[in-house]
Amino acid sequence: MARIAVVRFPGSNCETETLAAITRAGGQATLLDYRETSIGHADAVILPGGFSYGDYLRSGAIARFAPIMDAVRAHAEAGGGVIGICNGFQILCEAHLLPGALLPNAPRRFAARPVDVRIERTDTICTGDYTAGEVIRIPVAHGEGRYTADAATLDALEAEGRVVLRYVPVAGTDLPFNPNGADRDIAGICNATGTVVGFMPHPERLADDAIGGDAGHRFFTSLVSRLAAGAAA
Amino acid sequence: MTRSLHAESFPGERPVTDAVVAEHKLTADEYAVIRRMLGDRTPTLTELGIFSALWSEHCSYKHTKPVLRRFPTEGPQVLQGPGENAGVLRLPDGWAVAFKIESHNHPSAVEPYQGAATGVGGILRDVFTMGARPVAVLNSLRFGSLDDARNRWLFAGVVKGVGDYGNCVGVPTLGGEVVFSPGYTGNPLVNAMAVGILRAEDLITARAHGVGNILLAVGARTGRDGIHGASFASEDLSAESEKRRPQVQVGDPFTEKLLLEASLELITSRVIVAIQDMGAAGLTSSSAEMAARGGVGVELDTSKVPTREPGMTPYEIMLSESQERMLVVAEPHRIDEIVAICAKWDLEAVPVGKVTDDGIFRIVHDGRTVAAIPGQDLVEGCPIQHPPAAEGDAAVARRALAPAGAAPALDEALLRLLDAPTIASKRWVFQQFDGTVRAGSAITPGGDAGVLRVADTPFALAMTVDCNNRHVLLDPYEGGKGVVAEAARNIACTGARPLGITDCLNFGNPKKPEVFFQFTEACRGISDACRAFDTPVTGGNVSLYNESPTGAIDPTPTVGMVGLLEDVTLAVPSHFRQTGDAILLLGSTHGHLGGSAYWAEVRDCIGGAPPAIDLAAERALQETLIAGAAQRLFRSAHDLSDGGLAVALAECCIGGPWATATFGATADLSRHQDAISDEAWFFGEDGARALVSCDPAHVAAIQQLAARHGISAHYLGLVGEAGGSLVITRDERRWAWDTPTLRHTYVTAIPRRMDGAQGAGEG
Repeated sequence: MARIAVVRFPGSNCETETLAAITRAGGQATLLDYRETSIGHADAVILPGGFSYGDYLRSGAIARFAPIMDAVRAHAEAGGGVIGICNGFQILCEAHLLPGALLPNAPRRFAARPVDVRIERTDTICTGDYTAGEVIRIPVAHGEGRYTADAATLDALEAEGRVVLRYVPVAGTDLPFNPNGADRDIAGICNATGTVVGFMPHPERLADDAIGGDAGHRFFTSLVSRLAAGAAA
Repeated sequence: MTRSLHAESFPGERPVTDAVVAEHKLTADEYAVIRRMLGDRTPTLTELGIFSALWSEHCSYKHTKPVLRRFPTEGPQVLQGPGENAGVLRLPDGWAVAFKIESHNHPSAVEPYQGAATGVGGILRDVFTMGARPVAVLNSLRFGSLDDARNRWLFAGVVKGVGDYGNCVGVPTLGGEVVFSPGYTGNPLVNAMAVGILRAEDLITARAHGVGNILLAVGARTGRDGIHGASFASEDLSAESEKRRPQVQVGDPFTEKLLLEASLELITSRVIVAIQDMGAAGLTSSSAEMAARGGVGVELDTSKVPTREPGMTPYEIMLSESQERMLVVAEPHRIDEIVAICAKWDLEAVPVGKVTDDGIFRIVHDGRTVAAIPGQDLVEGCPIQHPPAAEGDAAVARRALAPAGAAPALDEALLRLLDAPTIASKRWVFQQFDGTVRAGSAITPGGDAGVLRVADTPFALAMTVDCNNRHVLLDPYEGGKGVVAEAARNIACTGARPLGITDCLNFGNPKKPEVFFQFTEACRGISDACRAFDTPVTGGNVSLYNESPTGAIDPTPTVGMVGLLEDVTLAVPSHFRQTGDAILLLGSTHGHLGGSAYWAEVRDCIGGAPPAIDLAAERALQETLIAGAAQRLFRSAHDLSDGGLAVALAECCIGGPWATATFGATADLSRHQDAISDEAWFFGEDGARALVSCDPAHVAAIQQLAARHGISAHYLGLVGEAGGSLVITRDERRWAWDTPTLRHTYVTAIPRRMDGAQGAGEG
């Protein structure tokens, strides 16, 4: 069974629903304290949403120095799966496991709302159960989600197909489709091998049909089946 | 047992003179009582400070206690009634819900961001000190007109403060109301409600007991912020209030999140006896109230309290309102476990005192006793005031008012109502509040009530906060009934059964007979409605002296209500969902325009008598809505309130904050209540009404169900095409609106005022 660890930093606040989404997708979910120095037997690690260390300096800037992060980095560099959701994405960028940075939203207000995102790439560790080009509606909730990088990095990300999720306009919406002013409408990216993935939206919040829909469920089924396939190979 | 009342001044402290007493807002009568309590001695400055905090209106309820005692507080569902940090009601399968609403008006008037943020922090702590995990917050926010720059600053700051705090702690905002009315200029209202879930067996109260048990300070260190916050909240706002800004506390939601987790772990691992938040009046109220409830004494050593800076006096330590602190009572052999649990969450837990057998509230500092007060007298002994109550002439005159001049065309009137910020979409606000964290939100803000699944169960809670201040202003008794009735309608529209309320009673200066009349009459109305609906009052908060130089606020008894939905999948949303569905109006229309939003916003008249509330009809409507939802008869249900039928129809067509399509609709009002004018049919605000949509095959079943409950279910028409028109007809008359235009007006009303032209595209 796919074993997935969810790291709890001080100030994380989405770990419970992330653990539940993994379980619902058939994975074995464990909570991992930020003071640990090993990820144990986990096949993949998720850095969940929240406000690690209060996000007082800059989102994710302190969490990158947490004791567990050396083990997370080693796992990523060895080709293991690492996913960052919202604050987790911010931490991955601060830790330079993914390029670029997440700046305060433009306009400078918290953005809590559904967004429409297109699945740009389906061969990452957590998007295999979607169809390329499929548009799903899932929530965002962040104050610092404006993805940015220098032009060369952005061009490289596009050229290498490393943009995983992109905000797209959908007929009838009367809100700006890009909720934070992100460069090139980028909502999520991955490393060169698609094994380290970070994104701003929260699929774990929409993974249960009894609660508003399950558009995010397949991030977790994708991850679980990919890990199971990896273990079998 | 020693009952020594000996105490001496802390070195350097000022002697207590009449001027110092007056500075502490204690009256000569109160001071005489204090001297008697102390065995006819002059209090030390520390003691005087303690009395001034606990005998402030905010802590003592000295003007309101006799009125509050008349609230119905009992019922089979009540696990914990008023008097604790939060009320608690039973849910199925051994679960329970803790909830409470509280005001943070005065701090928010001078420092909107921190004032509002710490309001959220305080109410969350009230809920988790009961052993409940906070699962939702709601808020009721009121400001003067957005045409005024200061009101816009207050509104933006309060919204950001509420959002930043709740978002960081990770508790979703499930509902709320935002009202703009001239009466709140200079004195905005910030009422925050928190809802928590617990296992009934984990319920813990703030009752110190066990002589020899230890008191521990847990959480943030004590600083000099917020000293005298409780007494600040007990006086009128004035030009002087600006100087109070340094007394506004500063919030740290990150520490709150750690404190939340640590407190719940301390409670569920059964290592503590009692726990209380250090809220208003800080260490003073938490320790004195816990001791008084337990019938014991306490001795606190303020030199042991961890402080942010050296040299703090016992006076400052006792009166600090630094945030994110808890006081815990535990058996001595548990201290190591408590310290270890707190350390896991990066928090300090430091022994600062002990439970004693002499009933004395005693403060020592470096071995010197600086306060020794009989504990029960301190908490219970504030002289109760019975101020006169009499309706003012101005109020009587307002009730006789009616609009003058010609009425605009009804099509134009509806657009103006949808553009009124009080009625318009609050999407600009909701976007700043995380409504989906914890992944349990089945209905997020923008409908009648929020609906949240209780984790690991099939059932859900519905929750709302409501107050129609205009109706209360015009008739406090009927308005008070109406507040509870509207909350219950909102809950029932989702299919949930109302369970109980918490209230936040915001009024002006109680020494004014017309204000105290508003207070007593509104409370009488709330009581009568709560009895009729079997929804007991479980607690709440009173905020008086809401007066600015322009006068008292509109009387605002905000009610927070929770309801139970047995199955989360039964939840009924507010807006139309499917073309071809039938639209029915439940309840009787009488066309009552007095006190209406239409008169206020369109006809420039805040006046008339508001509708009398028929509690039996309200109850029958609730039962119809609950039964219909249980049988899955409704596709949507929306209550009629501000703006009456026309606004309700428009809102159902417009859809929720995130909708990608509007719906057209037809509604034919012919051959029904022919004596009512068109204007009154459209905009009258009679209670006990709701608009439902359903599969046309269910119309007969709904009409039979309504008839069984003795209410009418009048067929109006059909839900139309996506993006179509709302068309209302009556005999040969016809009014039509393009629904995308209605939506645009409705969702841009607030951003246009806040952000100017560019806001129109942003919503």
